[in-house]
Amino acid sequence: MSVVFDNLDIYWAGFRTTVSLTAYSFMLALAIGVVVASCKVSPVVPLRAFATTYVNIVRNTPLTVHLILLLFGLPKLGILLGPFTTAVIALGIYTGAFVAETVRSGINTVGQGQVEAARAIGLPFTSTLRLVVLPQALRATVAPLGSLLSALVRNSAVAYVISVLDIMGRADRLSVLTAQPIPVLIGAAMAYYVITIPLAFAINALDNRQRIAR
Amino acid sequence: MRNPSWKLLVPFLALGLMASACGGSDDDDAAATTTAGGGATTTEATTESTFAAGTTMAKIQAAGKIKIGTKFDQPLFGVRNPTNNEIEGFDASIGRLIAEGIFGDDDIDSHIEFIETPSKVRETAITDGQVDLVIATYTINDARKQVVDFAGPYYVAGQDILVKEDDDSITGVDSLNGKKVCSVQGSTSLTNVQTKAPQADLSITFDKYSLCVEALLDGRVEAVTTDNVILLGFVDTYPDEVKLVGKPFTTEPYGIGLKKGDTAFKTWVNERLKTIEDDGSYAEAWDDTAGVTGEPAPTPPPIAA
Repeated sequence: MSVVFDNLDIYWAGFRTTVSLTAYSFMLALAIGVVVASCKVSPVVPLRAFATTYVNIVRNTPLTVHLILLLFGLPKLGILLGPFTTAVIALGIYTGAFVAETVRSGINTVGQGQVEAARAIGLPFTSTLRLVVLPQALRATVAPLGSLLSALVRNSAVAYVISVLDIMGRADRLSVLTAQPIPVLIGAAMAYYVITIPLAFAINALDNRQRIAR
Repeated sequence: MRNPSWKLLVPFLALGLMASACGGSDDDDAAATTTAGGGATTTEATTESTFAAGTTMAKIQAAGKIKIGTKFDQPLFGVRNPTNNEIEGFDASIGRLIAEGIFGDDDIDSHIEFIETPSKVRETAITDGQVDLVIATYTINDARKQVVDFAGPYYVAGQDILVKEDDDSITGVDSLNGKKVCSVQGSTSLTNVQTKAPQADLSITFDKYSLCVEALLDGRVEAVTTDNVILLGFVDTYPDEVKLVGKPFTTEPYGIGLKKGDTAFKTWVNERLKTIEDDGSYAEAWDDTAGVTGEPAPTPPPIAA
């Protein structure tokens, strides 16, 4: 394992990339997810159809396919983005579909009476959603969104195939230089634990806190 | 019940059917191979060699199959023909010639299982025993010698540069400084550029050269660098879009990777290489594969001890 400890700086560089890759793509995923979930519960049929199509297509396409299609597809449309930006978009689109489903199930936990009361005092649909339903729905989704975030941290490792130098990408290069893939990959797994294990505790704590508050 | 519960099973049944359909075709292949092998026994007896018990050659012969790791996407060296799924190229041909030393030259493909080994899995494929030999544009170097043994070399390539047809700014390795250069994750080509052109931007890497060339065509990178013979394959594919700079800056001896410490096997492969180099089948293999680009068959390099 000395190969890991001799190259901690390489792991550290990869670690920072993984953290920012995850952070940016999760923000994008949350934005996409809330919008798509809102479409899915909206009274407008085309919006509902769009949301259903989006979720079904995106969720059922392998993540690697998203990454490679975007990296080599966008330039054909005249858009040349770097691997990191491409990875943020691909991970955001992909995770966004799962966030949408989670938020929608959160919306379903909000009592029908709440919506009826909001409509009764004359709130339009968007305000009902924004002021009454979503604040309650998002509380119920803290735990499942947390597991999505944790999955995203691990999924982000796939980005190395489009040459993002995250933990996995750096480990991949290191394993070639040293010809010792097994210890190098174990080191990479450790680096992911440093993110995912504290994350799990944080989400648990957050979930418990908002539960008591209710 | 409006939606009877058996309906829930349908997708799984469908999956099961698909799986068994695939399994079925495997069985067919196996059956076909056995018949072919069985029918050939009489002719094989004359050309088949005998080996001391316990050697890797004897084990391979007893198993009736040699597992050869090669690339499936390396034009001219190891590429899967999309129409008949056969593995073609100089590496594949060398593999066949070596296998003929064990099984005789009758219907050799029935005795070979080609396994795809991209650059970064070659060592693990050997150490884990997934393959008996790796013949995959595999440069011999010291770091790799710590993990695996090499027979050969059987060919010496040199690293060159592939650029867009209209690019005159890159004339050799020195001019790669400050340029975006793509090579494959896990290749010596990457480390060579790092040493010879330290200012080159090597942030784009893929696991296949074909993706590097795609990135070159997209304008994502300005050059692709690796062994000239590999690049030549892409010039063959995209003659109007890309060109070779033609200034090799390294010597890359290609070896045949095998399990570390298996000296008897290594010695035998080396002897077999010598045989095919002397009897002309080496040059013939070159002319049929990489030679189609017009490159004449090389003089085989001296085999290392």
